[in-house]
Amino acid sequence: MKSKGVKIAILSGKGGTGKTLVSVNLSSVARKSVYIDCDVEEPNGHLFFKPEAVREEDITVKIPVINESQCNGCRKCVDFCKFNALAFIKNKPYVFEEVCHSCGGCRLLCPEKAIGEKEKSIGKVQKGVSGNVIVHTGIMNTGEASGIPIIKSLLNESLSDKDLPVFVDCPPGSACIVMESIKDADYCILVAEPTVFGVHNLSMVYDLVRLFKKPYGVVLNKCLDGENPAEKFCMENNIPILGRITFDNELGTLNSDAKIAARESERFRVIFSSLLETLMKEVLHETIVNPQR
Amino acid sequence: MKIAIPVDEQNLESGVCPSFGRAPYFLFYNTDTKESYYLDNSAVASQGGAGIRAAQVIADHGAKALLTPRCGENAEEVLRKSEVLIYKSIPGTVQQNIDAFVAEQLILLSDFHPGFHGHEK
Amino acid sequence: MKQLLILSGKGGTGKTTIASAFIRLSDVKAYADCDVDAPNLHLIMAQHTEPERTDYIGMSKAEIDADRCIECGLCKENCRFDAISCKNGYKVDPFACEGCGVCEAVCPADAVSMKPAVAGELMLYADDKKVFSTAQLKMGSGTSGKLVTEVKKQMKTAANPDTKLAIIDGSPGIGCPVIASLSGVNMVLIVAEPSISGISDMERIIKTAETFRTKIGVCINKHDTNPANTEKIGEFCKEKGLPFTGRIPFDPEAVKAINNGQTIVDVDCPSGSAVKEVFNSTMKLLFKESDGAET
Repeated sequence: MKSKGVKIAILSGKGGTGKTLVSVNLSSVARKSVYIDCDVEEPNGHLFFKPEAVREEDITVKIPVINESQCNGCRKCVDFCKFNALAFIKNKPYVFEEVCHSCGGCRLLCPEKAIGEKEKSIGKVQKGVSGNVIVHTGIMNTGEASGIPIIKSLLNESLSDKDLPVFVDCPPGSACIVMESIKDADYCILVAEPTVFGVHNLSMVYDLVRLFKKPYGVVLNKCLDGENPAEKFCMENNIPILGRITFDNELGTLNSDAKIAARESERFRVIFSSLLETLMKEVLHETIVNPQR
Repeated sequence: MKIAIPVDEQNLESGVCPSFGRAPYFLFYNTDTKESYYLDNSAVASQGGAGIRAAQVIADHGAKALLTPRCGENAEEVLRKSEVLIYKSIPGTVQQNIDAFVAEQLILLSDFHPGFHGHEK
Repeated sequence: MKQLLILSGKGGTGKTTIASAFIRLSDVKAYADCDVDAPNLHLIMAQHTEPERTDYIGMSKAEIDADRCIECGLCKENCRFDAISCKNGYKVDPFACEGCGVCEAVCPADAVSMKPAVAGELMLYADDKKVFSTAQLKMGSGTSGKLVTEVKKQMKTAANPDTKLAIIDGSPGIGCPVIASLSGVNMVLIVAEPSISGISDMERIIKTAETFRTKIGVCINKHDTNPANTEKIGEFCKEKGLPFTGRIPFDPEAVKAINNGQTIVDVDCPSGSAVKEVFNSTMKLLFKESDGAET
């Protein structure tokens, strides 16, 4: 299996465990790579990379437009809409754009062909460069219901950088936007923190990656002395542990100032390079055997 | 004239339902003939746009006024364009609200909340 | 009943840690976890009884009857969500299907039908003293907004009518479930984290919450991890006229308490003392200017 062009998704279930920390730093220590921020509701990667030469593209969905002169008032469209985005007012259909899911059904069903379409912006994607990393960011407009069309565009766009390893920074949770983000991944890194909340949510994404039959491994972040419930979970379930990042004040400060630790400090460059090496070996099917405790 | 009220139970002594879009039933009451009927609210099962659908039902049944404690912006738009007036209901029973309406003691609702997919206006 | 919602924008800032402390301090009789995607509140608010469980039916999903399917491909051609594949016969991907019904409408062979799908589970812990409403969304489901509405409705319905206060633990992000949780609450407390990401996310959640015209208060958790950013947040709040309800230090004892299933006010620790101040300021803000509105 190739290590060129391999797509690595980084997810966690719980928010704030370190997905962005891991994905931003791993992509930075690779020789050349692509970073994609699929957390379109709250994108953060670009704050670290501060990409240059940014090209922006609007992401739109199709919204129906009623041609009132051709409409015969049959109400088929209003009655069909499963999302209640159409109301029948004074014998004409009226579109509620922000409720519409762009399924195109009303237009297909209109017997008078009285429904056209227009584009409505729901967000944008930005593509820029930060040193050795090509940075793709997806940003959803506030108030929109679903960021899925933006994620689809992000993942399609990056196909042009075919030979480079791709790091996909996923949204928290395990709902449909997360599924969309890991769809084409070759490997999934699950980032876990040593709290009972972290483990509870780790188990959810663990179920998710197995459902999608993706190879996976865990990075334990914010490790402190004492018992680590996330580590225990991995041992109990034979989940490969790719690495452990110790809780570190310097790392915390760099991260909270949106600095890329691996670029600012030799110590962290070494830590993340080592993690990247382990990751790539694992992706190429050299299995990890967790030491018995 | 016909008026509509969202209700939790099918009786005039119960309270007005705090939600319009997801009220279990609507009461339609004719202030002239004093006839009334209840309708199950089909908008309850909606995943979104419940207010829009509920407002559609009110308009379709020919009500000229809606008595409710709260109403969303989308529902308000449907009702306003369909020429249905929206009055702020008072605490108390449905019957008390009907009486207050007939005595012209109710005021029009003026504050509408954004829908689930509300965005900045 | 006044409802206080705790949100953050960014994940991991401490919503549930703070919500559980507030619940303990106020001895509130009604509380809910609206983070239906990844609920955590029940892990701290130890429940000793089995909850009442209700299936949550999400939207209907399309299903193709292979026996009737004539493989014309019209469904796949018209599906805007890429939810229909044709390897080994035409099949609907239930995770991608948005329940729009277009495939059912265009199928010439009557082979597609919309079937209700269980998208999660509601849980209600209720005794004569208090109610705790929560839910778990099934993996990969959408319509989390509607489930959030159900969680709040379940809490309101089960609560004693004299209940004065309800505390709601929210979810990260700014999407549908957050918007659904905002509807009808009296105040939002934003838990901010003093990192660049945290500030960026905080600004987006405040923008989202502002459209609801509820009271908004801001507090900072782990404030000492970056004093410069903490000050930035303070200035931002001043500029926007947003009440600042206090700050809580980073505290390893907090992690220990949570891992032991206790709130930070159940043990003696710095974050526990600090959260008491935040609680008092928040309650003052929530209950001031009694506005006479019902419920």
